[in-house]
Amino acid sequence: MCRYLQAKGSPALMYESFIVFPPNNIEFFQKDALEVKDVRDVAIIGVGCTGFKPITPDVSYKELMFEAATRAYEDAGVNPRKDIDAFITCAEDYWEGHSIFDEFVPDQIGAVLRHLFTVSSDGMIGLATAYMLIKTGEFSTVVVEAHSKASDVTTFTDIVQFAFDPIFNRPLGGHPYYMAGLEMTRYLHETENTREHCAQVVVKNKKIALSNPYAAHGAHITIEDVLQSEPYAHPLNRLDISAVADGGIVIVLASENAAKKLTDKPVWIKGIGWNSDTSWPESREWGRAIYAELAADMAYKMASIRNPRKEVDFAEIDDSFSYKELQHLEALKLCKRGEAGKLTEEGETEIDGSLPVNASGGLLGMGHAIEASGLHRVCETVLQLRSEAGKHQIHDAKTGVAQIWRGVPTATGAVTVLSTEVK
Amino acid sequence: MFGKKRVAVVGAGLTLFRRNLKETGREMCYEAAKMALDSAGLTLKDIGSVAYGSAPDAFDGIHMKGENMTDSSGAWRKPFSRVYVGGGTGVFTADAGWWHVASGLFDTCLVVAEEKMSSCYPHPAYAFTTIFDPIMDRPHGTTLIWIFSLEMHRYMHVHGIKKEQIALVSVKNKRNALDHPCAQLGAKITVEDVLNSEIMCWPVQRLDISPTSDGAAAVVLASEDVAKKITDNPVWIDGVGWCIDSTYWTNRDLYYPDYVECAARMAYKMASIKNPPKEIDVAEPYDPFDYKELHHMEGLLLCKKGEAPKLTEEGVTQRDGDLPINPSGGLLGVGNPIAAAGLMKVCEIFWQLRGEAGKRQVPGDPRTGVAQAWGDLMQYGSVIVMRR
Repeated sequence: MCRYLQAKGSPALMYESFIVFPPNNIEFFQKDALEVKDVRDVAIIGVGCTGFKPITPDVSYKELMFEAATRAYEDAGVNPRKDIDAFITCAEDYWEGHSIFDEFVPDQIGAVLRHLFTVSSDGMIGLATAYMLIKTGEFSTVVVEAHSKASDVTTFTDIVQFAFDPIFNRPLGGHPYYMAGLEMTRYLHETENTREHCAQVVVKNKKIALSNPYAAHGAHITIEDVLQSEPYAHPLNRLDISAVADGGIVIVLASENAAKKLTDKPVWIKGIGWNSDTSWPESREWGRAIYAELAADMAYKMASIRNPRKEVDFAEIDDSFSYKELQHLEALKLCKRGEAGKLTEEGETEIDGSLPVNASGGLLGMGHAIEASGLHRVCETVLQLRSEAGKHQIHDAKTGVAQIWRGVPTATGAVTVLSTEVK
Repeated sequence: MFGKKRVAVVGAGLTLFRRNLKETGREMCYEAAKMALDSAGLTLKDIGSVAYGSAPDAFDGIHMKGENMTDSSGAWRKPFSRVYVGGGTGVFTADAGWWHVASGLFDTCLVVAEEKMSSCYPHPAYAFTTIFDPIMDRPHGTTLIWIFSLEMHRYMHVHGIKKEQIALVSVKNKRNALDHPCAQLGAKITVEDVLNSEIMCWPVQRLDISPTSDGAAAVVLASEDVAKKITDNPVWIDGVGWCIDSTYWTNRDLYYPDYVECAARMAYKMASIKNPPKEIDVAEPYDPFDYKELHHMEGLLLCKKGEAPKLTEEGVTQRDGDLPINPSGGLLGVGNPIAAAGLMKVCEIFWQLRGEAGKRQVPGDPRTGVAQAWGDLMQYGSVIVMRR
């Protein structure tokens, strides 16, 4: 584990304080929960990330979670055994190889005999759930956890295939990313964007990832490299697809009152939205990311953002496939439809551009962390807003938007607007 | 006292519970959701968000099963999320619906829970072999009934409880279920029938166990403003609670469900309930096994530790008793499509408090009810407190 610990200081060890045997007296776990009640703004007060690696044979998923949790609790200055009102873990059974995954969660994140549950979705929808819990006024501090141990999944594409409808779609077989290939074809057909624009996204994100110590797949490559990498599902080539990575992320949220007591660098959730388009691929609009458009509408409305292009300083968005960064930029109204390719070509989406996009390296550069991908976008956004991003720091970042898509074959996504300023 | 907004249940729907329904999971979701919406006089246009619940994907063989169910649960182009806490999912899905509305983000939330167990061959119980730790437990060939027999044994041993006392729960619940139109296993049986049924894993016998089932349930939740416009008799969700215990179940004393007590205290605190046995008029604790009803009555603080069998013997828990327990017929009688069974209990409390439970109606004009479910590795409690 020490390899990761070096990535960002050395977290103070809290082992003694939260690895405890199940207490037998009820008073122990009742005394602090649900005390402070306010229904105002919600802030992120702590983030913990293990960093990402293509494989992690030296640690189990439990150790990844423990490390991320330790870092987040240290960052937020909280003791999970006393200060946290609810815990959320975001996981899907088939990724984990267990049924009922939350069984295996409480001990390593300090949630034994406390209020933990699973949201079977991406971490950002877990974040939305935490946001709602705090907004009810009954919870002051909530923890969200998500992780990836994708390297343990030896039949990754077969598992993805299991998410297809068992009668209508699964029997078609093939590599499941054919669905993304079809979508990319339709998207490029409907817009001004080109195949080369997509490749440019890969070049940009992998290059930026080289300056991010957490990233798993940074590289110096050219547009030619992308276009000449082996085809997966036309027009998608291997380098257009984000490779998976292992890692864990934990985020601590707090209500306004609690945040003011606990931290002097809160990052406020100004808006959050999530949405699902139809589960039938046959009925979707293949050229557009409807789920992202609707989720963005919800988040912007909550954040009172009328003109995203002007009011958003940077974006951490889903680029699980190269064309997705362009499609999602347009869905988030950060540019007009069909304009994202041109922006990318002109370098506007670089770290020093007018609208930095995926200044962390995105999923293409950092690695696709399955259900942790959304929390990772949020984590990077928080680091940027706190000016703690290091070499890939964006200048003068005040408001950022993070977005995620759950991947093939789903049509579910989420959007979060984060800011250093209270509403 | 409450969150930003008070939340009401304004409609409920339930499919038949059967061993092998012809309908697919999607069709069952549709049936239950439609029935719940109709009973509230609403359509999908009025629904802000959808909370969905279902237990292991292993039953259906579908990865990301929630994503598969979005359309059929009415979530097309709506915010949708799936919560999942094993057997506790059913009641917990209603808890999830509560925070969607209580947060002020949505005026209405459609809550759907569904389970299609029959598609798992040769028997759904086999899917449960994958819930155990792959290193420590699975190599033993551990099954659910095996670990529950350990728990039942421990509970009987600590309090000196006899099998005859526990069998009374099965007799009561299966008889109650005769009055439930959706029930799978309503029956008139005797204590002898239970004691003479096939031994599965001592002391658990066949009639101590709820069946495997297909089924779906749904409720519609609304904020106070909306609820008052659409119904004269809303049922309020006044408390929600949940709690998880350690993964390492072998290190715990199984005689008492600490995690249920923790969840119950969370819900009671929210609902300002100080004296549960006095203030609660009707309860639907989780009863996949007959001893679990007793176990959970104690965890819900409805009686002292070890006192539940005595109350059952005295008839206190009968439908016309002082503290009616599982007037629906519970999982033992109505059936156990895991997540749907939990939400069925929430539906039952809703109907009981509205006085709409028909032949199952408990006397005495009940005002406060509690439903509870239990899950994971004898580890999870989820609780909801409802008031008229």
